[in-house]
Amino acid sequence: MSRVANRPTVSVHKFSSCDGCQLAFLNMGEGLIDLAQQVEIVHFAEAGMVAPERATDITFVEGSVSTPEDQERIQQIRQRSGLLITIGACATSGGIQALRNLQGEDWRASLYATPETIASLATSTPISDHVKVDLELWGCPIRSEQLLPLLHDLLHGVQPGKMEEPLCQSCKRSGVICTVVSQGKPCMGPVTRGGCGAVCPRMGRDCYGCSGPIDHPNRAALERCLEGLGLLPDTIQRRFKMIHATQFGGDHRREKA
Amino acid sequence: MSETDSTTIRVPILARVEGEGALDLVIKDRQIESLALRIYEPPRYFEKFLEGRSVDELPEMVARICGICPVAYQMSAVRAVESLFEGEITPWVAQMRRLFYCGEWIQSHSLHIHLLAAPDFLGHQHIISMATEYPDEVRRGLRLQGLGNRIIALLGGRSVHPVGARVGGFHHAPSKIAISELLLEAKRAVEDAEALLRWLVTLELPQEPQDFISVALDEAGVYPIMGEQIHSDAGLDLPIAEFEQHFEEHQVPHSTAFHALLDGEPYLVGPLARINLHHKRLLPAVQSLCKSLGIHFPSRNMFDSVIARGVELLQATHETVALLEQYHTPQQPWSEFRPKAGSAFAATCAPRGVLWHRYQINDQGIIQAARIVPPTSQNQARMEADLRYSLNQFGLEQEEEAIKRYGEQVIRNYDPCISCATHFLDLRLKRV
Repeated sequence: MSRVANRPTVSVHKFSSCDGCQLAFLNMGEGLIDLAQQVEIVHFAEAGMVAPERATDITFVEGSVSTPEDQERIQQIRQRSGLLITIGACATSGGIQALRNLQGEDWRASLYATPETIASLATSTPISDHVKVDLELWGCPIRSEQLLPLLHDLLHGVQPGKMEEPLCQSCKRSGVICTVVSQGKPCMGPVTRGGCGAVCPRMGRDCYGCSGPIDHPNRAALERCLEGLGLLPDTIQRRFKMIHATQFGGDHRREKA
Repeated sequence: MSETDSTTIRVPILARVEGEGALDLVIKDRQIESLALRIYEPPRYFEKFLEGRSVDELPEMVARICGICPVAYQMSAVRAVESLFEGEITPWVAQMRRLFYCGEWIQSHSLHIHLLAAPDFLGHQHIISMATEYPDEVRRGLRLQGLGNRIIALLGGRSVHPVGARVGGFHHAPSKIAISELLLEAKRAVEDAEALLRWLVTLELPQEPQDFISVALDEAGVYPIMGEQIHSDAGLDLPIAEFEQHFEEHQVPHSTAFHALLDGEPYLVGPLARINLHHKRLLPAVQSLCKSLGIHFPSRNMFDSVIARGVELLQATHETVALLEQYHTPQQPWSEFRPKAGSAFAATCAPRGVLWHRYQINDQGIIQAARIVPPTSQNQARMEADLRYSLNQFGLEQEEEAIKRYGEQVIRNYDPCISCATHFLDLRLKRV
């Protein structure tokens, strides 16, 4: 593929994360080489491009804000970015490490002999808590199949579509057998955003919510369903607090009462 | 440059590593006054939030420690649980775990060789520019990486944070059609992996032998992937449950990852350490190609790590072909395990080295305490010792840019995964 003239500039910045969403770029195979013809990748440290200070048209952010330095860095990145797009659970919701937001004790002290040398905030928070985010890609991890259409749309001046339907609809549309109905498994599909390719139900197992909640999840109804399947209250609560520690809400029942 | 020169440089980010860290170097009178591999990847507190979780949630949760080696975390975790609980895995599960793990070795080693390491040896900044000069080599590497990902997805549904593993086995057995499609690809990949190794031996690698202790797991009769004992080339032979008696982690002020020592000494884990200890267990086809290419192990040259990865990658493609050829559909892809209270231990050979897990579990299968020792924190002290030695050999009077580049290469030999150990490297050099 020939190189596009006046290519838009792209950067990939990392915050607190497992690096797994950057792999949506690095696992594209030759697609990565093609992509580099269509956009100019100016900063992507793991891939070897290092220019964190450069302004870019499109900025992808992986990871959550969890240190005082992160708080400053995301502000600078926002100022230097045209579109800012968060990728993955950590950047969009705070990630699994936001489980620490739910407890009172300082975990630094129980893990490190000299906790004062560890620059870590008490909370892990999504990028949107700190700066304006233009687009969000949910998933843990995000997939190349989510990234490529998004980039394609952006390169052609089209407003990218949003994935808002629950996983259940992806399963129905692709003919995947329902794990709740057929096997009585405690599937999180009714409250979880699609976009993952229904990877868990395809394996005959229940979804555990890694793509995060749909915009208006009916948690109370799913809790009743899980109770009906025989899950203990503790187990049900844990299902809503895993990859997205704080995002599935929990107040629906109270609000309705 | 005269000895009285005093210079401070700060290179903001060391590229092509997985995670965020920095190297702080102070040179005084042409001697290293201080050297610290500074890891500032923020801690994510996995060991704390695993407390109170069911063992059934472990594979999903520990995978999130690392996007590049989630299989390793899942396998160490489920094997730990199974070591305590009552039950037994089937031979099918044992074979499929080895296949699953081969996929991760192929994916991770290929990613490291092509995206992270090779640009150093070919005078490129990154794979994108390398692809213009070496298009066939880059394509071959990306193909191998893709195969690794597809093996993981065969059993796990996807390659990053796969969803197929569970205590007792897998949620799902692949179809015979999926197996035969992958087998065709794996057979072609053996040729790719052989060609890759032939190419790797043509790279001009620095020759800098040094002394270090190699530590790897031992798995009876085969090149190790899972582990039963921990071996070192200094004579250590230890059941994995006794790891803590000889290996100690301690906090250093400049790092959010712990430093681990073996009886007080730095040591090496990873592909080179594994191959140093177990090269005689490589498949005959792999040994004979190594011999014909003049590849000899054990090696004391850390730059041979890239060769070691190439050799392991070839081993893993051969094993993949064999495992796929023997494939049969099981009656059930998992077996039941009954909870039991106590301490659970396991270690497996992550692409970067020994990954050791310990859990305290109650009789309901709820985790009371967890301890996870990843390969990169084990290699940290060794990396610092290597940098001290290698930068001295390289010449501290060299230009700062050259010192920085060489330091980065030395670090990349270890393929540090800083996300695992806690993840950006930047070099701050100060001359006083």
